[in-house]
Amino acid sequence: MDRLFDVVAIFSLVLIVWVLSSVRRAHIRVEYSVSWLLAGAVLLVLARWRTLDDWIAAALGISDSFIALAMIAGAAFLVVLYRLSLRISGLKDSSITLAQQVAILEFRLDALSDKKKLS
Amino acid sequence: MSSITTPAKRLLVLIPAFNEEGAVAGVVAEVRSAVPGTPILVVDDCSRDATRSQARSAGAQVLALPHHLGLGGCVQAGYRLAYELGYDYVIRVDGDGQHDPRDIPTVLAALEKGDCEMVIGSRFVDDNGEHTNVLRAAGIMFFRAVLRPILGRPVRDPTSGYVGVNRTALELFSATFPLEYPEIEALVVLQRKRFRFVEVPCRFRPRRSGRSTITAVKSIYYMIHVLLGVFVNVLKFEGRKK
Repeated sequence: MDRLFDVVAIFSLVLIVWVLSSVRRAHIRVEYSVSWLLAGAVLLVLARWRTLDDWIAAALGISDSFIALAMIAGAAFLVVLYRLSLRISGLKDSSITLAQQVAILEFRLDALSDKKKLS
Repeated sequence: MSSITTPAKRLLVLIPAFNEEGAVAGVVAEVRSAVPGTPILVVDDCSRDATRSQARSAGAQVLALPHHLGLGGCVQAGYRLAYELGYDYVIRVDGDGQHDPRDIPTVLAALEKGDCEMVIGSRFVDDNGEHTNVLRAAGIMFFRAVLRPILGRPVRDPTSGYVGVNRTALELFSATFPLEYPEIEALVVLQRKRFRFVEVPCRFRPRRSGRSTITAVKSIYYMIHVLLGVFVNVLKFEGRKK
């Protein structure tokens, strides 16, 4: 069981380092890294602080503290994914509107320059 | 041909097209012969072939999207431009040649009557559905059943893209238009605003070139996507006209 907690701790450390490295290389924007860093930090704390896991497991009525940890990790990542879906939906809407506006402006510019050519 | 930026007439024919180099010029020519002098706007959804140049050389004006938006985004771009330019009526004819442009005057006449905001060119009003395959026919029957209680009236050809709108619907669709598979959801959007539609008989033909974007596998995704879209639009209902 201890090994499982160690694996989770290593995984969360790798996640944190990976996200920080991506931020440093400007592959991910700071505002989008916060959710991942938070999720990694929570996972790391839970993987190292067994008393807290036991307390959460007892509060949730779960006999195994690792299952409690897995549940919290799953929920944390679902929240992160949901937030990203919201962001992507917003960005897609903006991108569609932008593309339509660019096309319309280009069309109007072409019409204007055609008029100028004719006059 | 009339200039699209200075509408002498109130009608614009809108042709959404994606990779339709084999068909679009013929469609434009047919539209020109069916409604001479009417401005024609081809909205090119960032085709990878010669759709744009084919449309231009056939005499249409082209609204060229900078990246691929899908059918809904493509049609909405045309609606937006038509609304900004002050058109009163827009009739959409697909760029693959399935819609017979000789029916444009029928659609326009129904719009000009003024008792509806949208006219659907239907292949089933006069039972002209012989070019519909079994899978599509089953889908149409399914969506007829789904839409019947939502619209409060029957619709015979809910997946038809042969559609005419007046300026009121044009204003609505410029602001709100379903983006991926728009035809069915657009009916629910109309209903939300208490707008009316009528169906008129129109001739449909097999596509002239290319392949439909809705393959057998995609049709399952299509059904789920459209059902979800309809459901979401029902949740936004603003009340039915008494």
